[in-house]
Amino acid sequence: MSERLSVLKTYKLFIGGKFPRTESGRSIKVADASGSVVAHTCRSSRKDLRNAVEAAEKAQPGWASANAYLRGQILYRMAEMLEGKRDELAAAISITGKVGKDAALAEMDASVDRLVAFAGWADKYPQILGCHNPVTGPYYNFSVPEPTGVVGVVCPDEPSLLGLVSLVAPVICSGNAVVLLASETNPIPACVLAEVLATCDLPGGVVNILTGLRDELVEHFATHRAIAGVFAAGVSDEHRTALEAGAAENMKRVQVLDLGPDLAAGFADDSAMESPWVIEPFVETKTIWHPVSS
Amino acid sequence: MAASPTVFQAVNSPTINRVSADARAASFTTRSIKTTAKDAGLRLALSMVDLTTLEGKDSPEKVRSLCAKARRPMPDDERVLGERLPSVAAVCVYPSMVPVAAEALGGSGINVASVATGFPSGQYPLDVRLRDTAKAIADGADEIDMVINRGAFLSGKYGIVAEEIAEVTAVCAQGGPGGREVHLKVILETGELETYDNVRRASDLAIAQIRDGDFIKTSTGKVSPAATMGVTLVMLEAIRDAWLRDGKRIGMKPAGGIRTAKQSLHYLAMVKETLGDAWLSPDWFRFGASSLADDILRQIVRRKTGRYTAGYDFGVA
Amino acid sequence: MTTFQEQDAAAVTKTSAAGPGRSPALEFASAWDYAPAPETTKVEIADSHGHYIGGTFVGAAKGGTLDTLNPANEQKLSTFARGTVADIDAAVNAAREAQPKWAALPAKERGKYLFRIARRLQERAREFAILETMDNGKPIKESRDVDIPLVAAHFFYHAGWCDKLKYAFGGAEPTPVGVCGQIIPWNFPLLMAAWKLAPALACGNTCVLKPAETTPLTALRLGEIFDEIGLPPGVVNIVTGDGEAGSALVEHAGVDKVAFTGSTEVGKKIARAVAGTGKKLTLELGGKSPNIIFDDASIDQAVEGIVSGIYFNQGHVCCAGSRLFVQEGVADEVIAKLKIRLQSLRVGDPLDKNTDVGAINSRPQLETIAKYFDIARDEGLDVFESSCELPSIGYWCKPSFFTGVQASHTVAREEIFGPVLAVLTFRTPEEAITRANNSPYGLAAGVWTDKGSKIFEIAGQLKAGIVWLNTYNRFDPASPFGGYKESGFGREGGMQGLRGYVKLGGDR
Repeated sequence: MSERLSVLKTYKLFIGGKFPRTESGRSIKVADASGSVVAHTCRSSRKDLRNAVEAAEKAQPGWASANAYLRGQILYRMAEMLEGKRDELAAAISITGKVGKDAALAEMDASVDRLVAFAGWADKYPQILGCHNPVTGPYYNFSVPEPTGVVGVVCPDEPSLLGLVSLVAPVICSGNAVVLLASETNPIPACVLAEVLATCDLPGGVVNILTGLRDELVEHFATHRAIAGVFAAGVSDEHRTALEAGAAENMKRVQVLDLGPDLAAGFADDSAMESPWVIEPFVETKTIWHPVSS
Repeated sequence: MAASPTVFQAVNSPTINRVSADARAASFTTRSIKTTAKDAGLRLALSMVDLTTLEGKDSPEKVRSLCAKARRPMPDDERVLGERLPSVAAVCVYPSMVPVAAEALGGSGINVASVATGFPSGQYPLDVRLRDTAKAIADGADEIDMVINRGAFLSGKYGIVAEEIAEVTAVCAQGGPGGREVHLKVILETGELETYDNVRRASDLAIAQIRDGDFIKTSTGKVSPAATMGVTLVMLEAIRDAWLRDGKRIGMKPAGGIRTAKQSLHYLAMVKETLGDAWLSPDWFRFGASSLADDILRQIVRRKTGRYTAGYDFGVA
Repeated sequence: MTTFQEQDAAAVTKTSAAGPGRSPALEFASAWDYAPAPETTKVEIADSHGHYIGGTFVGAAKGGTLDTLNPANEQKLSTFARGTVADIDAAVNAAREAQPKWAALPAKERGKYLFRIARRLQERAREFAILETMDNGKPIKESRDVDIPLVAAHFFYHAGWCDKLKYAFGGAEPTPVGVCGQIIPWNFPLLMAAWKLAPALACGNTCVLKPAETTPLTALRLGEIFDEIGLPPGVVNIVTGDGEAGSALVEHAGVDKVAFTGSTEVGKKIARAVAGTGKKLTLELGGKSPNIIFDDASIDQAVEGIVSGIYFNQGHVCCAGSRLFVQEGVADEVIAKLKIRLQSLRVGDPLDKNTDVGAINSRPQLETIAKYFDIARDEGLDVFESSCELPSIGYWCKPSFFTGVQASHTVAREEIFGPVLAVLTFRTPEEAITRANNSPYGLAAGVWTDKGSKIFEIAGQLKAGIVWLNTYNRFDPASPFGGYKESGFGREGGMQGLRGYVKLGGDR
């Protein structure tokens, strides 16, 4: 009997709640520690990015106007579903052989907990970042944080899942939509996560997942005028400069996290990564005045 | 008498944003009125004064003294100032004093204004209020300062308020003995109306009932707050809109609380910038005041002579 | 074109014809006009001004000098130093040297310096107001009643923050950014200096301030106040000049944070220059803010809101309500009343206490505004101008508005920065929101309606950093100011305004 040939999965993109193939028709091999190919992922093009941004633009207003309690519940649902795929995701994290099984499980657990943290923030951060302002004169004046819009997320290579979740959760919990570029060295956890997102009540288009090469896509994240902000970590100085120059395009809000040399440790720091000040870069303070009189 | 008035009546007046209206009104108090503008403004304001006494203790002697002051606000004006100052626009008294005032002002061109309609509360049967009006006219009043039925207004019975104003207007329209024209001023008593929305609503309601040349007026002077810049602005805007919309021309009289010459100049600035030149005349704008005239005189004397006056320099009336 | 009077009669008389023999218009000729009421207090202005670096006024290194004019009469007010790379270098070095000591001061003591600045500004308010009006061209009543009181209030407000910063950033420990390079515009010269300096100093930073090249005088005089109150040398440095000094400041490696208020065009250049340098950046840029009037609004007050929205400070206001959206049912009335209101706006000598609209700040700005008039005419728009007479010398523009404007017209899209309004109409709330948001800018917006639920719906939908409901152009140090989209990022004022001047964990 001949040995059974395994079915090699080719992971697709996740755009607008659907799983299209890349428009480029190109793919990237993902190999395990021994160098054998274990999966293929899409090598996204700028057109895929364009499609993802369109989907995000379409989904964002509805997501922003969903009540905060609902957004929180959906984030919690994401955490539940992630927990249910604990083994599969841990395997995905360690698939390239760079992360051991225990570390992968720990990263998996931290990712679930991070989602839970931001599930809780959804209906609270406005009370921290907003306020009533005691102005002089007969005016009622208050400031509220509102989502910025469509935010590009450029994920670090490692930690492949926790990095992604840590950058995405604070951005969507306030009502932004995300177009993300997954870890280049191990995009598999992102692809598995897409399957979670597709079934967890998150409206299609709120999170869109691209896989591919930063060298090819960072520039387009920076210059796309419908992307209102970019959140990144673990990018090269060159990519950081390119992303920050995107502010010159359309006043993009660009936040490149500086977590020191040990990204895994940085992302594991709950007090820094679960602070409302991680939400703050992608909200806009709207200040409202109204006269007070009868 | 007409059929029972409409109790439920649609209100079509614009709402008033009080904070903004107050800010606009306050902006006129920062107008800097200097030199020639001040000289002219003080004389104009003097000519617009309705010299008023409305007290229970009013005596014929006091009214006669007030009338003398109305004719010649400053008896030694020619000696001190080298000019003859204008007389005031009217003397405003209770109905019982109308005969005294009419006699004292005879031939001066100064009007006798009488409060009527159960001033200041208006809490009398309508027929009593109408007879009050007719009697004042018969006794020589050229102008009737009526009060509206605030009880009806504040309970939303705008039809009753309108109808009563219409009836008083009709009495005035008959004129006085010898075909004398009688003008009506409708006192809204804005201090009791409380909101600017009510002030605007009452203004519109009154304007709809009265005739060209009649006035709307803020206050009786018996309720605080009396005239304010904000209330007056709201009423001036109602007058402006009636003019622009219907070509109906109504006068304005803030009354009570205007005591200083400076205040009167602020009001004039507001009239000037809201209604324009045509309203800067005693025919269209009055100040209901008892002590304003003296402060205007003090300012005129100071500006002319460079000296400050003493309180006893101007006759107490 | 019909005359003003005919248009008004037609517009306002909706239900009945004019009274017999009368045309229901209003005349604002001059039956009783205000006599000139100039502010007569004399303010001494030195013939020449140097930079304020390290606590002393120093001459230009080698950049030569520039002149600053009074735009109301085109007379030279003074000469000032044209800053160079070397001047910026000296200023940044002074700021660097001062910063650790300034940050290490007990917070309460730091606060006391700011309180002192506020007090001295209040005491010298008249002098500053007059100087601001002379250098900028804005009416004295605005510099006296708005700019300078707000400047003092801004320092006072931030003085109190110095020892309370940890409460502003619950859970995160704020630390100073370091040296702030701050570039400010000419429309509110001293107020913009205060908006920049007060929060920076409160948070323990030191500053290099670059005033606009047409309006350096009040900022330099603020340097005198720093001397008077004993502010440690180098904590604030002021380098005057043109774009060269500005670029040098943005590019200086010793600057940790750049804050800029000005045009979106320059803001984008700065963003590009700062990219990848590790410098923090906040930008407060242009706008084309919508002012939306519904048919259930208090119309007379809404007209006041239009006036303060676009004619305040000659329209040299980044958050000016320059796009007016009027619901169709009241468009005729609003336009007719706006025309009447324009007749009572007094344009002229900025030092006259009765002037409502002063001089355009500079000849180039006047030319920019004139260019938009030309474009509007070419695009076939009707213009209504105030009938006021303009002085023969100086830079002036009549308060004006364009009617029949569509979203595609240039004057509905581009920031004019003058007393010029584009009037558009709409029918439904949704249309108003969509059209109001149809702009790359997102600084401010106004909404006028008497219906509470509607006003909050609209306020929520508008993409703007400041939403004035039934009011316009109100400012307060406690109220955050700043835009969405291409109007910039970061806030100035209020608790949120502190964010741009501290580092929290994760910030570089």
